[in-house]
Amino acid sequence: MADPMRIRASMQGDKVLVRVLMSHEMETGQRKDESGSVVPAHFIQSVSAVHNGKTVLSAEWGPAVSKNPFLQFQFAGGKLGDKIQIIWTDNKGDTRTDEATVS
Amino acid sequence: MRKGLVAALVVLALGAGSGHARAQSDADTLKGIEKYREALADDNPADLWEARGAELWAARRGPKSSSLAQCDLGKGPGVVKGAYAELPRYFADADRVMDLETRLLHCMVALQGFSAAEATRRTFGNGGSRSDFEALSAFVAAQSKGAKMNVSLEHPKERAAYLLGEQMFFYRGGPHDFACATCHGESNKRIRLQDLPNLTDAKDAQRAYTAWPAYRVSQGELRTMQWRLNDCFRQQRFPQLKFASDTSIALTVFLAHNANGGVFSAPTVKR
Amino acid sequence: METIVEFDRERRDLLKAALGAAALAAAGFMRPGAAVAQGAWNKNAFASKTLDEVVKAYGGARAEPTSEISWGSTPEIAENGAVVPVSVTSRIANTESIAILIEKNPNALAARFQFPEGTDPTVSTRVKIGQSSNVHALIKTKDGKFYVATREVKVTLGGCGG
Repeated sequence: MADPMRIRASMQGDKVLVRVLMSHEMETGQRKDESGSVVPAHFIQSVSAVHNGKTVLSAEWGPAVSKNPFLQFQFAGGKLGDKIQIIWTDNKGDTRTDEATVS
Repeated sequence: MRKGLVAALVVLALGAGSGHARAQSDADTLKGIEKYREALADDNPADLWEARGAELWAARRGPKSSSLAQCDLGKGPGVVKGAYAELPRYFADADRVMDLETRLLHCMVALQGFSAAEATRRTFGNGGSRSDFEALSAFVAAQSKGAKMNVSLEHPKERAAYLLGEQMFFYRGGPHDFACATCHGESNKRIRLQDLPNLTDAKDAQRAYTAWPAYRVSQGELRTMQWRLNDCFRQQRFPQLKFASDTSIALTVFLAHNANGGVFSAPTVKR
Repeated sequence: METIVEFDRERRDLLKAALGAAALAAAGFMRPGAAVAQGAWNKNAFASKTLDEVVKAYGGARAEPTSEISWGSTPEIAENGAVVPVSVTSRIANTESIAILIEKNPNALAARFQFPEGTDPTVSTRVKIGQSSNVHALIKTKDGKFYVATREVKVTLGGCGG
Protein backbone atom coordinates (compact mmCIF):
# COMPACT_ATOMS: atom_id res chain seq x y z
CA MET A 1 0.00 0.00 0.00
CA ALA A 2 1.57 3.29 -1.10
CA ASP A 3 2.40 6.06 1.34
CA PRO A 4 -0.24 8.69 2.11
CA MET A 5 -0.36 11.93 0.15
CA ARG A 6 0.02 15.25 1.86
CA ILE A 7 -3.02 17.33 0.86
CA ARG A 8 -3.57 20.95 1.83
CA ALA A 9 -6.89 22.56 0.98
CA SER A 10 -7.52 26.15 1.97
CA MET A 11 -9.89 28.98 1.11
CA GLN A 12 -8.31 31.67 -1.06
CA GLY A 13 -11.06 34.24 -1.43
CA ASP A 14 -14.04 32.30 -2.72
CA LYS A 15 -11.93 29.54 -4.25
CA VAL A 16 -10.57 26.38 -2.68
CA LEU A 17 -6.83 26.08 -3.31
CA VAL A 18 -5.63 22.50 -3.26
CA ARG A 19 -1.97 21.47 -3.03
CA VAL A 20 -0.97 17.84 -3.12
CA LEU A 21 2.31 16.06 -2.58
CA MET A 22 2.25 12.40 -3.59
CA SER A 23 4.70 9.72 -2.66
CA HIS A 24 5.58 7.82 -5.82
CA GLU A 25 8.78 6.75 -7.56
CA MET A 26 7.56 7.84 -11.02
CA GLU A 27 10.06 5.44 -12.51
CA THR A 28 10.39 5.98 -16.24
CA GLY A 29 11.47 2.52 -17.26
CA GLN A 30 14.65 3.91 -18.72
CA ARG A 31 16.93 3.76 -15.71
CA LYS A 32 19.29 0.89 -14.94
CA ASP A 33 20.09 -0.29 -11.44
CA GLU A 34 23.52 -1.18 -10.00
CA SER A 35 23.47 -4.64 -11.58
CA GLY A 36 22.69 -3.18 -15.01
CA SER A 37 19.07 -4.34 -15.23
CA VAL A 38 16.42 -1.90 -16.39
CA VAL A 39 14.21 -0.66 -13.57
CA PRO A 40 10.66 -1.21 -14.86
CA ALA A 41 8.39 1.75 -15.53
CA HIS A 42 6.21 2.55 -12.55
CA PHE A 43 4.36 5.84 -12.66
CA ILE A 44 1.05 7.44 -11.83
CA GLN A 45 -1.16 7.49 -14.92
CA SER A 46 -4.34 9.11 -13.72
CA VAL A 47 -5.29 11.52 -10.98
CA SER A 48 -8.66 12.85 -10.02
CA ALA A 49 -9.94 15.21 -7.39
CA VAL A 50 -13.47 14.94 -6.01
CA HIS A 51 -15.49 17.47 -4.01
CA ASN A 52 -19.05 16.77 -2.84
CA GLY A 53 -19.26 13.82 -5.21
CA LYS A 54 -18.20 15.92 -8.19
CA THR A 55 -14.92 15.60 -10.05
CA VAL A 56 -13.17 18.95 -9.90
CA LEU A 57 -10.01 17.91 -11.72
CA SER A 58 -8.85 14.96 -13.76
CA ALA A 59 -5.41 14.35 -15.17
CA GLU A 60 -3.44 11.93 -17.31
CA TRP A 61 0.22 11.68 -16.40
CA GLY A 62 3.27 10.19 -18.07
CA PRO A 63 6.59 9.25 -16.51
CA ALA A 64 7.96 12.75 -17.16
CA VAL A 65 6.11 14.00 -14.11
CA SER A 66 8.72 14.28 -11.35
CA LYS A 67 9.22 11.76 -8.58
CA ASN A 68 7.14 12.55 -5.49
CA PRO A 69 4.74 14.53 -7.67
CA PHE A 70 3.30 17.89 -6.81
CA LEU A 71 -0.07 19.19 -7.98
CA GLN A 72 -1.83 22.48 -7.33
CA PHE A 73 -5.19 23.64 -8.63
CA GLN A 74 -8.21 25.66 -7.48
CA PHE A 75 -11.96 25.53 -7.89
CA ALA A 76 -15.10 27.45 -6.94
CA GLY A 77 -18.08 26.25 -4.92
CA GLY A 78 -16.31 24.91 -1.86
CA LYS A 79 -16.28 26.14 1.72
CA LEU A 80 -14.54 25.57 5.05
CA GLY A 81 -15.06 22.10 6.39
CA ASP A 82 -15.72 20.51 2.98
CA LYS A 83 -13.89 17.31 2.13
CA ILE A 84 -11.66 16.86 -0.90
CA GLN A 85 -10.54 13.44 -2.11
CA ILE A 86 -7.56 12.87 -4.35
CA ILE A 87 -7.26 9.54 -6.13
CA TRP A 88 -4.31 8.31 -8.14
CA THR A 89 -3.84 5.12 -10.15
CA ASP A 90 -0.54 3.95 -11.58
CA ASN A 91 0.48 1.80 -14.53
CA LYS A 92 0.66 -1.28 -12.32
CA GLY A 93 -2.90 -0.80 -11.19
CA ASP A 94 -1.91 0.40 -7.71
CA THR A 95 -4.14 3.11 -6.40
CA ARG A 96 -4.30 5.48 -3.47
CA THR A 97 -7.10 7.70 -2.17
CA ASP A 98 -6.59 10.37 0.47
CA GLU A 99 -8.90 12.96 1.88
CA ALA A 100 -8.43 16.41 3.35
CA THR A 101 -10.68 19.01 4.90
CA VAL A 102 -10.80 22.55 3.62
CA SER A 103 -9.37 24.68 6.42
CA MET B 1 48.64 22.22 -6.09
CA ARG B 2 45.46 22.70 -4.15
CA LYS B 3 45.07 26.41 -4.93
CA GLY B 4 45.80 25.57 -8.52
CA LEU B 5 43.17 22.87 -8.49
CA VAL B 6 40.58 25.18 -7.03
CA ALA B 7 41.53 27.82 -9.55
CA ALA B 8 41.18 25.27 -12.33
CA LEU B 9 37.74 24.31 -11.10
CA VAL B 10 36.73 27.95 -10.99
CA VAL B 11 38.00 28.57 -14.52
CA LEU B 12 36.15 25.48 -15.70
CA ALA B 13 33.01 26.85 -14.16
CA LEU B 14 33.30 30.33 -15.51
CA GLY B 15 34.60 29.43 -18.94
CA ALA B 16 36.41 31.76 -21.27
CA GLY B 17 35.21 35.32 -21.58
CA SER B 18 35.62 38.52 -19.66
CA GLY B 19 34.18 41.80 -18.65
CA HIS B 20 30.86 43.33 -17.93
CA ALA B 21 28.78 41.17 -20.25
CA ARG B 22 29.80 38.03 -18.43
CA ALA B 23 29.26 39.66 -15.04
CA GLN B 24 25.75 40.60 -16.12
CA SER B 25 24.89 37.16 -17.41
CA ASP B 26 26.34 35.72 -14.17
CA ALA B 27 23.90 37.87 -12.26
CA ASP B 28 20.97 36.85 -14.50
CA THR B 29 21.83 33.20 -14.14
CA LEU B 30 22.06 33.41 -10.39
CA LYS B 31 18.73 35.26 -10.26
CA GLY B 32 17.22 32.55 -12.41
CA ILE B 33 18.52 29.86 -10.10
CA GLU B 34 17.13 31.75 -7.10
CA LYS B 35 13.73 31.76 -8.77
CA TYR B 36 14.00 28.03 -9.33
CA ARG B 37 14.86 27.46 -5.68
CA GLU B 38 11.99 29.63 -4.49
CA ALA B 39 9.50 27.82 -6.70
CA LEU B 40 10.44 24.56 -5.00
CA ALA B 41 10.56 25.84 -1.44
CA ASP B 42 6.86 25.44 -0.66
CA ASP B 43 5.40 21.95 -0.87
CA ASN B 44 8.70 20.30 -0.18
CA PRO B 45 8.70 16.53 -0.72
CA ALA B 46 10.55 16.44 2.61
CA ASP B 47 7.09 16.82 4.16
CA LEU B 48 6.44 13.20 3.18
CA TRP B 49 9.51 12.06 5.15
CA GLU B 50 8.49 14.24 8.07
CA ALA B 51 5.09 12.57 8.18
CA ARG B 52 6.66 9.13 8.07
CA GLY B 53 9.14 10.14 10.75
CA ALA B 54 6.36 11.25 13.07
CA GLU B 55 4.78 7.81 12.68
CA LEU B 56 8.06 6.01 13.28
CA TRP B 57 8.69 8.06 16.41
CA ALA B 58 5.36 7.00 17.90
CA ALA B 59 5.21 3.42 16.63
CA ARG B 60 5.90 0.48 18.93
CA ARG B 61 8.69 -1.42 17.27
CA GLY B 62 11.53 -3.81 17.89
CA PRO B 63 11.98 -6.71 20.31
CA LYS B 64 10.90 -4.48 23.21
CA SER B 65 7.82 -3.36 21.30
CA SER B 66 8.48 0.18 22.38
CA SER B 67 8.17 3.57 20.71
CA LEU B 68 10.83 6.28 20.63
CA ALA B 69 8.58 8.61 22.59
CA GLN B 70 10.88 8.46 25.63
CA CYS B 71 14.04 9.03 23.63
CA ASP B 72 16.07 11.85 25.17
CA LEU B 73 17.49 14.05 22.40
CA GLY B 74 19.18 16.29 24.94
CA LYS B 75 16.30 18.34 26.24
CA GLY B 76 14.66 15.58 28.26
CA PRO B 77 12.89 12.32 27.39
CA GLY B 78 10.50 12.81 24.50
CA VAL B 79 11.26 16.51 24.03
CA VAL B 80 11.66 16.96 20.29
CA LYS B 81 10.95 20.66 19.93
CA GLY B 82 14.18 22.62 19.61
CA ALA B 83 16.36 19.53 20.10
CA TYR B 84 18.06 19.54 16.69
CA ALA B 85 19.33 23.11 17.13
CA GLU B 86 21.34 21.98 20.16
CA LEU B 87 22.83 18.87 18.62
CA PRO B 88 25.42 17.42 18.63
CA ARG B 89 25.90 17.30 22.39
CA TYR B 90 27.33 15.16 25.16
CA PHE B 91 25.08 12.45 26.56
CA ALA B 92 26.00 11.13 30.00
CA ASP B 93 24.12 7.85 29.58
CA ALA B 94 26.42 6.97 26.67
CA ASP B 95 29.40 9.03 27.87
CA ARG B 96 29.74 10.25 24.33
CA VAL B 97 29.06 13.26 22.14
CA MET B 98 26.31 12.34 19.69
CA ASP B 99 24.67 13.91 16.67
CA LEU B 100 21.00 13.28 15.95
CA GLU B 101 21.44 10.11 13.95
CA THR B 102 23.81 8.58 16.47
CA ARG B 103 21.38 9.43 19.25
CA LEU B 104 18.47 7.91 17.31
CA LEU B 105 20.54 4.77 16.85
CA HIS B 106 21.22 4.76 20.59
CA CYS B 107 17.49 4.98 21.35
CA MET B 108 16.60 2.30 18.80
CA VAL B 109 18.97 -0.02 20.61
CA ALA B 110 18.31 1.04 24.20
CA LEU B 111 14.55 1.60 24.06
CA GLN B 112 13.38 -0.62 21.23
CA GLY B 113 15.84 -3.47 21.61
CA PHE B 114 17.16 -3.49 18.06
CA SER B 115 20.76 -4.54 17.57
CA ALA B 116 22.98 -1.84 16.08
CA ALA B 117 23.40 -4.02 13.00
CA GLU B 118 19.66 -4.34 12.48
CA ALA B 119 19.03 -0.65 13.05
CA THR B 120 21.73 0.45 10.60
CA ARG B 121 20.87 -2.02 7.87
CA ARG B 122 19.68 0.91 5.76
CA THR B 123 21.11 4.27 6.78
CA PHE B 124 20.55 6.06 3.45
CA GLY B 125 17.43 5.32 1.48
CA ASN B 126 17.36 4.38 -2.14
CA GLY B 127 14.19 4.19 -4.22
CA GLY B 128 12.13 1.39 -2.82
CA SER B 129 14.41 0.82 0.13
CA ARG B 130 13.85 3.27 2.96
CA SER B 131 15.93 4.61 5.79
CA ASP B 132 14.21 5.18 9.11
CA PHE B 133 17.00 7.59 10.01
CA GLU B 134 16.06 9.87 7.15
CA ALA B 135 12.40 9.95 8.07
CA LEU B 136 13.10 10.44 11.78
CA SER B 137 15.68 13.16 11.02
CA ALA B 138 13.15 15.07 8.93
CA PHE B 139 10.62 14.83 11.75
CA VAL B 140 13.01 15.90 14.49
CA ALA B 141 14.62 18.66 12.42
CA ALA B 142 11.26 20.16 11.50
CA GLN B 143 10.58 20.61 15.21
CA SER B 144 13.56 22.97 15.39
CA LYS B 145 12.43 25.24 12.56
CA GLY B 146 12.83 28.83 13.64
CA ALA B 147 15.15 28.01 16.54
CA LYS B 148 18.62 29.51 16.71
CA MET B 149 21.55 27.12 16.46
CA ASN B 150 22.92 26.71 19.95
CA VAL B 151 25.55 24.00 20.15
CA SER B 152 27.39 24.01 23.45
CA LEU B 153 31.08 23.24 23.94
CA GLU B 154 30.94 23.26 27.73
CA HIS B 155 31.68 19.60 28.27
CA PRO B 156 35.32 18.58 27.71
CA LYS B 157 34.24 15.89 25.27
CA GLU B 158 32.27 18.46 23.29
CA ARG B 159 35.37 20.64 23.09
CA ALA B 160 37.50 17.67 22.08
CA ALA B 161 35.00 16.79 19.36
CA TYR B 162 35.09 20.34 18.00
CA LEU B 163 38.89 20.31 17.85
CA LEU B 164 38.94 16.93 16.14
CA GLY B 165 36.34 18.16 13.67
CA GLU B 166 38.41 21.23 12.94
CA GLN B 167 41.47 19.08 12.40
CA MET B 168 39.49 16.84 10.00
CA PHE B 169 38.16 19.87 8.15
CA PHE B 170 41.68 20.99 7.26
CA TYR B 171 43.15 17.51 6.86
CA ARG B 172 44.42 16.88 3.34
CA GLY B 173 44.24 13.35 2.11
CA GLY B 174 43.14 10.95 -0.56
CA PRO B 175 44.48 10.76 -4.10
CA HIS B 176 43.46 14.37 -4.84
CA ASP B 177 45.00 15.74 -1.67
CA PHE B 178 41.65 17.32 -0.86
CA ALA B 179 40.53 18.63 2.48
CA CYS B 180 37.03 19.90 3.25
CA ALA B 181 38.77 23.28 3.29
CA THR B 182 39.84 22.88 -0.33
CA CYS B 183 36.28 23.62 -1.44
CA HIS B 184 34.86 25.12 1.74
CA GLY B 185 37.67 27.14 3.20
CA GLU B 186 37.51 30.24 1.01
CA SER B 187 34.76 32.68 0.15
CA ASN B 188 33.14 33.32 -3.24
CA LYS B 189 34.09 30.06 -4.85
CA ARG B 190 31.95 27.74 -6.87
CA ILE B 191 31.92 24.54 -8.87
CA ARG B 192 29.99 25.00 -12.08
CA LEU B 193 26.87 26.82 -10.93
CA GLN B 194 27.00 25.60 -7.36
CA ASP B 195 28.10 28.25 -4.88
CA LEU B 196 30.45 26.79 -2.30
CA PRO B 197 29.81 28.05 1.22
CA ASN B 198 32.90 29.03 3.16
CA LEU B 199 32.28 26.96 6.26
CA THR B 200 34.87 28.91 8.24
CA ASP B 201 32.84 32.09 7.74
CA ALA B 202 30.04 32.55 10.25
CA LYS B 203 27.37 33.77 7.84
CA ASP B 204 28.08 31.10 5.22
CA ALA B 205 28.28 28.41 7.89
CA GLN B 206 24.93 29.45 9.33
CA ARG B 207 23.24 29.46 5.97
CA ALA B 208 24.70 26.10 4.99
CA TYR B 209 24.24 24.11 8.18
CA THR B 210 20.70 25.29 8.95
CA ALA B 211 19.48 23.96 5.60
CA TRP B 212 20.17 20.30 6.42
CA PRO B 213 18.49 17.80 6.36
CA ALA B 214 17.16 18.51 2.89
CA TYR B 215 15.22 16.89 0.06
CA ARG B 216 17.86 16.54 -2.60
CA VAL B 217 16.19 16.69 -6.00
CA SER B 218 19.19 15.03 -7.64
CA GLN B 219 18.87 12.15 -5.18
CA GLY B 220 15.08 12.04 -5.10
CA GLU B 221 15.51 11.47 -1.36
CA LEU B 222 15.61 13.31 1.95
CA ARG B 223 19.27 13.49 2.94
CA THR B 224 20.83 14.16 6.32
CA MET B 225 24.14 15.50 7.65
CA GLN B 226 25.51 11.96 7.98
CA TRP B 227 24.77 11.50 4.29
CA ARG B 228 26.17 14.91 3.40
CA LEU B 229 29.50 14.17 5.07
CA ASN B 230 29.60 10.64 3.69
CA ASP B 231 29.07 12.02 0.19
CA CYS B 232 31.73 14.71 0.62
CA PHE B 233 34.19 11.98 1.57
CA ARG B 234 33.19 10.10 -1.56
CA GLN B 235 33.73 13.15 -3.73
CA GLN B 236 37.12 13.74 -2.10
CA ARG B 237 38.01 10.10 -2.78
CA PHE B 238 38.49 9.55 0.95
CA PRO B 239 37.77 6.17 2.55
CA GLN B 240 34.09 5.76 3.38
CA LEU B 241 32.96 7.76 6.39
CA LYS B 242 31.35 5.35 8.83
CA PHE B 243 27.82 6.10 9.97
CA ALA B 244 27.70 7.46 13.53
CA SER B 245 31.50 7.34 13.78
CA ASP B 246 33.45 9.67 16.06
CA THR B 247 34.82 11.37 12.94
CA SER B 248 31.39 12.04 11.51
CA ILE B 249 30.21 13.41 14.84
CA ALA B 250 33.33 15.54 15.31
CA LEU B 251 32.93 17.13 11.89
CA THR B 252 29.27 17.78 12.64
CA VAL B 253 30.15 19.45 15.95
CA PHE B 254 32.63 21.68 14.12
CA LEU B 255 30.10 22.66 11.44
CA ALA B 256 27.14 23.00 13.78
CA HIS B 257 28.95 25.10 16.35
CA ASN B 258 30.29 27.37 13.58
CA ALA B 259 26.64 27.90 12.65
CA ASN B 260 25.60 29.01 16.14
CA GLY B 261 23.21 31.95 16.02
CA GLY B 262 21.87 30.91 12.63
CA VAL B 263 18.12 30.41 12.37
CA PHE B 264 17.31 26.79 11.64
CA SER B 265 15.13 26.33 8.57
CA ALA B 266 15.39 22.65 7.63
CA PRO B 267 14.08 20.48 6.12
CA THR B 268 14.69 22.45 2.94
CA VAL B 269 14.79 21.44 -0.73
CA LYS B 270 18.03 21.45 -2.70
CA ARG B 271 19.01 20.56 -6.23
CA MET C 1 20.33 5.44 -26.88
CA GLU C 2 21.99 8.55 -28.21
CA THR C 3 24.24 10.71 -26.11
CA ILE C 4 22.78 14.15 -25.84
CA VAL C 5 25.20 16.94 -25.10
CA GLU C 6 24.15 20.51 -25.14
CA PHE C 7 26.35 23.56 -24.94
CA ASP C 8 24.54 26.81 -24.63
CA ARG C 9 26.97 29.28 -26.10
CA GLU C 10 24.59 31.59 -27.83
CA ARG C 11 23.48 33.65 -24.90
CA ARG C 12 25.46 32.78 -21.87
CA ASP C 13 29.08 31.66 -22.02
CA LEU C 14 28.83 30.86 -18.37
CA LEU C 15 26.18 28.24 -18.80
CA LYS C 16 27.50 24.88 -19.70
CA ALA C 17 24.69 22.38 -19.63
CA ALA C 18 26.35 19.13 -20.56
CA LEU C 19 24.27 16.03 -20.10
CA GLY C 20 25.65 12.67 -21.12
CA ALA C 21 23.53 9.62 -21.70
CA ALA C 22 24.00 8.47 -18.12
CA ALA C 23 22.69 11.74 -16.77
CA LEU C 24 19.77 11.67 -19.19
CA ALA C 25 18.90 8.18 -18.08
CA ALA C 26 19.28 9.22 -14.46
CA ALA C 27 16.87 12.09 -15.07
CA GLY C 28 14.64 9.32 -16.31
CA PHE C 29 13.22 9.01 -19.77
CA MET C 30 11.37 6.11 -21.22
CA ARG C 31 10.84 4.65 -24.63
CA PRO C 32 7.27 3.52 -25.25
CA GLY C 33 6.50 -0.10 -24.69
CA ALA C 34 6.25 -0.21 -20.93
CA ALA C 35 3.10 -1.83 -19.58
CA VAL C 36 0.21 0.62 -19.42
CA ALA C 37 -3.16 0.35 -17.76
CA GLN C 38 -6.42 0.77 -19.61
CA GLY C 39 -8.85 3.63 -19.08
CA ALA C 40 -8.76 7.28 -20.06
CA TRP C 41 -5.01 7.22 -20.57
CA ASN C 42 -4.22 8.28 -24.11
CA LYS C 43 -1.48 5.86 -25.09
CA ASN C 44 -0.86 7.51 -28.45
CA ALA C 45 -0.57 10.94 -26.91
CA PHE C 46 2.04 9.73 -24.43
CA ALA C 47 3.98 7.96 -27.18
CA SER C 48 4.03 11.06 -29.38
CA LYS C 49 7.33 12.71 -30.13
CA THR C 50 6.16 16.15 -31.20
CA LEU C 51 3.58 18.80 -30.41
CA ASP C 52 1.76 18.11 -33.68
CA GLU C 53 1.51 14.40 -32.93
CA VAL C 54 0.09 15.14 -29.47
CA VAL C 55 -2.49 17.50 -30.98
CA LYS C 56 -3.51 14.77 -33.43
CA ALA C 57 -3.72 12.21 -30.67
CA TYR C 58 -6.31 14.43 -29.00
CA GLY C 59 -8.30 14.84 -32.17
CA GLY C 60 -6.98 18.13 -33.46
CA ALA C 61 -5.16 19.20 -36.59
CA ARG C 62 -2.91 21.97 -35.39
CA ALA C 63 -2.40 24.30 -32.45
CA GLU C 64 -2.55 28.03 -32.97
CA PRO C 65 0.19 29.98 -31.22
CA THR C 66 -1.10 32.17 -28.44
CA SER C 67 0.27 34.43 -25.75
CA GLU C 68 -2.89 34.28 -23.65
CA ILE C 69 -1.13 32.18 -21.05
CA SER C 70 0.81 33.06 -17.96
CA TRP C 71 3.64 30.88 -16.76
CA GLY C 72 3.43 31.76 -13.07
CA SER C 73 6.46 30.69 -11.11
CA THR C 74 7.87 28.53 -13.93
CA PRO C 75 11.60 29.28 -13.82
CA GLU C 76 13.72 30.00 -16.89
CA ILE C 77 16.58 27.94 -15.59
CA ALA C 78 16.49 24.78 -13.49
CA GLU C 79 19.35 23.64 -11.29
CA ASN C 80 18.31 20.08 -11.83
CA GLY C 81 16.18 18.80 -14.67
CA ALA C 82 14.65 16.02 -12.58
CA VAL C 83 12.32 18.46 -10.85
CA VAL C 84 11.25 21.56 -12.74
CA PRO C 85 8.19 23.44 -11.47
CA VAL C 86 5.77 24.40 -14.24
CA SER C 87 2.73 26.62 -13.65
CA VAL C 88 0.30 27.40 -16.41
CA THR C 89 -2.77 29.63 -16.33
CA SER C 90 -4.86 29.91 -19.46
CA ARG C 91 -6.63 33.18 -20.17
CA ILE C 92 -8.39 31.70 -23.20
CA ALA C 93 -12.15 31.53 -22.77
CA ASN C 94 -13.72 28.08 -22.30
CA THR C 95 -10.45 26.32 -21.66
CA GLU C 96 -11.18 22.65 -21.18
CA SER C 97 -7.70 21.23 -20.76
CA ILE C 98 -4.06 22.17 -20.40
CA ALA C 99 -1.30 19.79 -21.46
CA ILE C 100 2.37 20.28 -20.68
CA LEU C 101 4.86 19.16 -23.32
CA ILE C 102 8.64 19.10 -23.19
CA GLU C 103 9.93 19.40 -26.72
CA LYS C 104 13.24 17.64 -26.26
CA ASN C 105 12.07 14.83 -24.01
CA PRO C 106 11.95 11.38 -25.66
CA ASN C 107 8.16 11.62 -25.55
CA ALA C 108 6.84 15.15 -25.64
CA LEU C 109 3.74 14.89 -23.46
CA ALA C 110 4.36 15.07 -19.73
CA ALA C 111 0.88 15.61 -18.34
CA ARG C 112 -2.61 16.70 -19.28
CA PHE C 113 -5.19 18.27 -16.98
CA GLN C 114 -8.93 18.60 -17.58
CA PHE C 115 -10.98 21.29 -15.87
CA PRO C 116 -14.69 20.76 -15.30
CA GLU C 117 -17.01 23.73 -14.96
CA GLY C 118 -16.15 25.65 -11.81
CA THR C 119 -12.46 24.75 -11.76
CA ASP C 120 -10.00 27.45 -12.78
CA PRO C 121 -7.93 26.69 -15.90
CA THR C 122 -4.71 26.88 -13.97
CA VAL C 123 -2.39 24.17 -12.74
CA SER C 124 1.05 23.74 -11.16
CA THR C 125 3.13 20.61 -11.19
CA ARG C 126 6.74 19.48 -11.48
CA VAL C 127 8.20 17.76 -14.51
CA LYS C 128 11.42 16.14 -15.70
CA ILE C 129 13.27 18.05 -18.38
CA GLY C 130 16.24 16.13 -19.74
CA GLN C 131 18.03 19.01 -21.39
CA SER C 132 17.38 22.69 -22.05
CA SER C 133 14.20 22.69 -24.08
CA ASN C 134 11.08 24.49 -25.14
CA VAL C 135 8.14 23.80 -22.88
CA HIS C 136 4.73 23.97 -24.56
CA ALA C 137 1.43 24.66 -22.85
CA LEU C 138 -1.21 23.12 -25.10
CA ILE C 139 -4.73 24.39 -24.51
CA LYS C 140 -7.91 22.79 -25.76
CA THR C 141 -11.12 24.77 -25.61
CA LYS C 142 -14.62 23.38 -25.28
CA ASP C 143 -15.28 23.91 -28.98
CA GLY C 144 -12.35 21.64 -29.86
CA LYS C 145 -9.78 24.28 -30.83
CA PHE C 146 -6.13 23.96 -29.86
CA TYR C 147 -3.73 26.73 -28.82
CA VAL C 148 -0.11 26.60 -27.77
CA ALA C 149 2.25 28.87 -25.84
CA THR C 150 5.94 28.15 -25.65
CA ARG C 151 8.68 29.04 -23.29
CA GLU C 152 12.30 27.93 -23.01
CA VAL C 153 13.61 26.36 -19.84
CA LYS C 154 17.33 25.85 -19.46
CA VAL C 155 18.61 22.92 -17.48
CA THR C 156 21.97 22.91 -15.76
CA LEU C 157 23.99 20.62 -13.59
CA GLY C 158 25.46 21.90 -10.39
CA GLY C 159 28.35 20.99 -8.19
CA CYS C 160 30.36 17.83 -8.59
CA GLY C 161 27.44 16.17 -10.35
CA GLY C 162 26.39 14.46 -7.13
